[in-house]
Amino acid sequence: MSSLSSKHLLGIKDLHKEDLELIFKTADNFKDVINRPIKKVPSLRDITIANLFFENSTRTRLSFELAERRLSADVINFAASSSSVSKGETLIDTVQNILAMKVDIIVMRHPNPGSALFLSKHVDASIVNAGDGAHEHPTQALLDAYSMREKFGTVDGLKVAIVGDILHSRVALSNIYCLQKLGAEVMVCGPETLLPKYIRSLGVKVETDLKKALHWCDVANMLRIQLERQDIRYFPSLREYVMRYGLTLEMLESLNKKITIMHPGPINRGVEITSEVADSDQSIILDQVENGVATRMAVLYLLAGRVE
Amino acid sequence: MSRRLLLDAFKLDITINRLCYQLLESHDGFNDAAIVGLQPRGVFVARRIHERLSTILKRDDILLGELDVTFYRDDFRRREIITPNATRMDFTVENRKVVLVDDVLYTGRTIRAGMDALLDFGRPASVELLTLVDRRYSRQVPIKPDYVGLTVDTITADKVKVYWKETEGEDGIWLIAATANESNADTAV
Repeated sequence: MSSLSSKHLLGIKDLHKEDLELIFKTADNFKDVINRPIKKVPSLRDITIANLFFENSTRTRLSFELAERRLSADVINFAASSSSVSKGETLIDTVQNILAMKVDIIVMRHPNPGSALFLSKHVDASIVNAGDGAHEHPTQALLDAYSMREKFGTVDGLKVAIVGDILHSRVALSNIYCLQKLGAEVMVCGPETLLPKYIRSLGVKVETDLKKALHWCDVANMLRIQLERQDIRYFPSLREYVMRYGLTLEMLESLNKKITIMHPGPINRGVEITSEVADSDQSIILDQVENGVATRMAVLYLLAGRVE
Repeated sequence: MSRRLLLDAFKLDITINRLCYQLLESHDGFNDAAIVGLQPRGVFVARRIHERLSTILKRDDILLGELDVTFYRDDFRRREIITPNATRMDFTVENRKVVLVDDVLYTGRTIRAGMDALLDFGRPASVELLTLVDRRYSRQVPIKPDYVGLTVDTITADKVKVYWKETEGEDGIWLIAATANESNADTAV
């Protein structure tokens, strides 16, 4: 018997190692459920969940919605582009109006860092952060760590390199917190301009040479360049980036070990990773997607257990 | 709190034996049947029954499943969250005669959840209930066992615990009464 230490999931930073282990253990059961002939359980039949997406998303939104429906929750979806936000409504007003319709849990993606925390202080519902700007994306980190745990048995002692646009990545920050809490060693790798200035203070290794990073790691988590968040040019040309930081099959085969390749999606094939690598047997990218549904079911189930 | 032994290891073994022969009586060779134990404690009964039936019939292909009902319970959010156990169902129950197995039948709510969970693995030809202990007069839903090891009359404050060699070191069924007085005055085996 156990429950999460918080009624919200705002970021990995606030969670304890015990919370992470509880989520993984619960996700094991849900992974089993989604591989059955009937992939649905009735646990959350009296819970209503609103998905608020103020930013574009395919995987995360579908994954959350599927997780919610497989738990039998009632689901309402909201996309900022087709809402009254464009008429000048504030975030709190939007959410208060949705809550007046008796919603228990809010899953929100928003371009502003800290928006999930802000919301949790002003409204009376459980908040799940589905990505807040370049800050955190906790469920992505959970499904990444869960996929590593599934592949290696444990995350403790693993060497994980996060490669690419670290500066604009919420996936990188959440992954760093999550992996370190679970006992993994983390390295970030990318051009100097895409590495945050104080990243070393998080206790991660920093490398600018992709080959060295690959030689060091057991797992390489390849990130996309977030052009939509880049206000200036951080490298001379995409071609130069690909030459220095694009992962190719030749590079993988030149290593004296088989490392595991991960990617949170969406993939820019031919930029951070070639098609051969993305589709190779060392890649667990599609396992990550499957595990995303199971870990999100676990998070929602555990948070719903605390709804009064 | 006082403890009273209701059934010792020897008698528990005889009871398991009897339940197996009762199952055989109504299942004739056990060809289209399956035993499904409910997590967490029913699986120990189910494993014993399965082991004994396999010995009696000299077969190693009798189906045994273990079903967790946590996600099907009707008290989610009304009590502390229960950490689920593993479900192991390597077969579908479509058209099979399923024997659901639990250790102690009390309110019947776990069995209700168990039937819901079972239906997610197909439509069984029939579902029967085998329970090692039936606490009479305490049902909250209309559920009645088909095979019973031991019937006991208890008060709500009492607990009935089935202990196993594998987990507690010794087989036996115990009545744990809230106070010595209560257990003497209100319970009869």
